[in-house]
Amino acid sequence: MSALPQNPVGLAISTLLARDEQTILNDWLKAMSEGTRRADLIKESDLRSQCAQFLKLLRQASETGGTNFKAPAWGPVREMLAEVSRSRALQGFSPLDTATFVFSFKRPLFARFQQEYKGQPDALAAEMWAATELLDDMGLYTTEVYQKSREEVIGRQQEELLELSTPVVKLWDGIVALPLIGTLDSARTQVVMESLLQAIVQTNSRVAIIDITGVPTVDTVVAQHLLKTVTAARLMGADCIISGVRPQIAQTIVHLGINLLEVATKATLAAAFSTAMQRLGLQVVRETPKG
Amino acid sequence: MGRFLLVTIQVDMHDRLALALQDDLTQMISDTEARGVLIDISSLEIVDSFIGRMLGNIAAMSRVLDAETVVVGMQPAVAITLVELGMSLAGVRTALNVDAGMELLKSAVNGNKQGYGASLQ
Repeated sequence: MSALPQNPVGLAISTLLARDEQTILNDWLKAMSEGTRRADLIKESDLRSQCAQFLKLLRQASETGGTNFKAPAWGPVREMLAEVSRSRALQGFSPLDTATFVFSFKRPLFARFQQEYKGQPDALAAEMWAATELLDDMGLYTTEVYQKSREEVIGRQQEELLELSTPVVKLWDGIVALPLIGTLDSARTQVVMESLLQAIVQTNSRVAIIDITGVPTVDTVVAQHLLKTVTAARLMGADCIISGVRPQIAQTIVHLGINLLEVATKATLAAAFSTAMQRLGLQVVRETPKG
Repeated sequence: MGRFLLVTIQVDMHDRLALALQDDLTQMISDTEARGVLIDISSLEIVDSFIGRMLGNIAAMSRVLDAETVVVGMQPAVAITLVELGMSLAGVRTALNVDAGMELLKSAVNGNKQGYGASLQ
């Protein structure tokens, strides 16, 4: 079997588009099913201009670039698809919708191929196969871009959460409190330890109250992280009291056999504060009414 | 009798220096009949498990010689490193700075169990 000509699909597509771009565009829009069109999310005119631009870039790239979608000649198409993927994600399209938008071009394209290669089944098969591969790559690329931008958003949000959720507050001279909200994973424990130790140094504190009212569950891993934090604070000369231990947490701790060593634990922040004051030798005295 | 010793560690400790410190310190505690030792590590920026063990050893040796030890001035990064290394320095009293350390040392030496600062069991 003789080798296929160098860039069969490239030339075929670009020739077809150079000849008949408008007609192909109209055919494509007509062939788009209701589900792909999503008239609720995008206006007719916007959709038309998106498709028109896609066809224009497709023609230019296929004149020179063969069918390897990773080649530099396909750069402009990649950029356009990435932009479409991102803007459609913002408009509320699912990644499936955007990929299907690309795949829907197969129908009018293959219809053209059938006309052009009537009586040449081998050529037709070769063209259709190469075109399918190309359009599949494109559709998958849009999905990939979508995934990446979601991951970026999640990464950014995680960073913000980390920063927002570890404030250390000074309760009194020598007493700091660290209210923990959310679960304690190893990344967060690092941040928590650093914040707490910095605060201890800055406020010259001898007691640190770690309030875990906002920690949903305490399992052995979370307990380990808590103990690490407590130990680190103690190495710097600050005693720790863990407060906000809910009844369910107390049960879990005992059931799991977690040994909190000699860490003082209190049910409420108030109790912890009271103990801290005692440790520092401070007293709260009620004023006697005058007269 | 009843003196306090102040040790300031100002250079990064390598092994032989640490061992020399142990020797010198125990000798001095014995010679001066010191009741308390304050080890200031605020200049120590890098620690490893050897230093951690050395600090623990010094505290234990001092106790055998009837002297209390307090380690002061640990930097946050050092504390985190020791914790990550799994060293909790149990049995070593700690305080934030020299002033707090001296208070702790005095109350510990006076047998006051409700000392300020922290004590690891």
